[in-house]
Amino acid sequence: MKFTLEIWRQDGPGHIGDFAHYEIADVSPDMSFLEMMDVLNEQISEADQVPVAFDSDCREGICGMCSMVINGSPHGPIPGTTTCQLYMRHFSDGETITIEPWRSAAFPVLKDLIVDRSAFDRVLQAGGYVTVHSGPKPDPNSVPIDPHVSEEALDAASCIGCGACVAACPNGAAMLYTAAKVSHLSLMPQGQPERESRVLNMVHQMEAEDFGACGNHAECQAHCPKGISINFIGMMNREYRRALSAPKDRRGHMDSQ
Amino acid sequence: MNPITLYHSILGKKIIMAVTGSFMLLFLLLHVGGNLKVFLPDPQPGMADINVYARFLRTMGEPLLPYGFALWGVRIILIVSVLLHITCAIQLAHRNARARPVKYKHAAYRETSYPARWMLISGLLMLCYIILHLAQFTFGWINPAAFNTPDVFGDLSRAFHRPFYIVIYLGAMGLLGLHLFHGAWSLFQTLGLDNPDRNRGLRLLAMVISIGLPATFALVPLSFAVGALGPAIPEATSAAMTGGN
Repeated sequence: MKFTLEIWRQDGPGHIGDFAHYEIADVSPDMSFLEMMDVLNEQISEADQVPVAFDSDCREGICGMCSMVINGSPHGPIPGTTTCQLYMRHFSDGETITIEPWRSAAFPVLKDLIVDRSAFDRVLQAGGYVTVHSGPKPDPNSVPIDPHVSEEALDAASCIGCGACVAACPNGAAMLYTAAKVSHLSLMPQGQPERESRVLNMVHQMEAEDFGACGNHAECQAHCPKGISINFIGMMNREYRRALSAPKDRRGHMDSQ
Repeated sequence: MNPITLYHSILGKKIIMAVTGSFMLLFLLLHVGGNLKVFLPDPQPGMADINVYARFLRTMGEPLLPYGFALWGVRIILIVSVLLHITCAIQLAHRNARARPVKYKHAAYRETSYPARWMLISGLLMLCYIILHLAQFTFGWINPAAFNTPDVFGDLSRAFHRPFYIVIYLGAMGLLGLHLFHGAWSLFQTLGLDNPDRNRGLRLLAMVISIGLPATFALVPLSFAVGALGPAIPEATSAAMTGGN
């Protein structure tokens, strides 16, 4: 198979980028998209040019590192996959493929297709944890939990933090990511002590980053490689309302007479 | 829940938009009910039912409440709702524009709809329409000589025998349908009132509202246009008929 590639090239943060055109031939239909990119980079290196910088790590769809917007879709045209799990047989021979980085003010481009996703780390650090005691480990299954609840928490926990939700959102919002993290921990009994502070702190941090606002377009759900539902966004909205109306200080006050 | 905290948060602004949007939607449901009174027979000769209703809106609650008190209560809630809804919408749109400084070459959308993406445009056009609508039927600025507050039926009859107003009003109802198609479902999601069991029902409800409500509103100008509600009432007759009010 052969393809014409239009790839976003940008030297660094703050630099002005543009599309560069590449031709690639003899591509096996069984190559993954990233393997095709590796072959392209070999070709570019042999011509004594700078290869295309892109992120990848596990290449088995679980780490969330690969981040490419392919023909306008984060992670490409096949729903429910990451870029590394996308194969060249999913494209037609001779096709022109456009490859762009995640476009978000909160994810500045570091180089070419690599973006800095530490905004997600800061959102997670703001409340994506549970308090555990440092004593002996509790017995397995000593904390009762409804299996349906634990399954739902697992659905949220399947988020790999790739950022496709932000890239897909017409408004560049990070609601699905934040909602998945908030819901995952707040559903579990272990997450109850921080239930109110978690949603308030994570939402506050999300708003402090350069993300947009949710418009309920549901593009995030449609492009999430793990198929995380926008029902978690509804759940976070509910948690947020609940936390805002929860009394913060339950101690009584005795006014001096 | 502190309203100031809400206003300073993105999620809070969305909650404000959902709540003010549902106030406006509730008002429209009452408004369309009132409009349907044009189809009822006159309760007494020379006195259209909708004129009786217009008078009732002002005298509602008397003598407990002063004249026009309940009407102004509702108007104030609506004015505040419209202002908050638009302010939040523009602020959020500004933030959204900043969140993606470099656009995609061709974004491949899968789930969103044109009504959802055009909410700001349909909303701002609706604002222009609301101003026209109030200028025409509440303040009587468009044709002050012919405007006669107690005779709502006469005002409607004169306006909707003109193709210009019929087209504007039908167009505005189309916009309302587009805005509600996304808004009427979206408010449940923003308020966190949806869940997987209810979602299909909520989507269906939004669909029914977004088609049914504008269609019912459109019945009034259409019925005048096709002459089902009689010929256009001349200005002089209208003034004479309601002179006693």
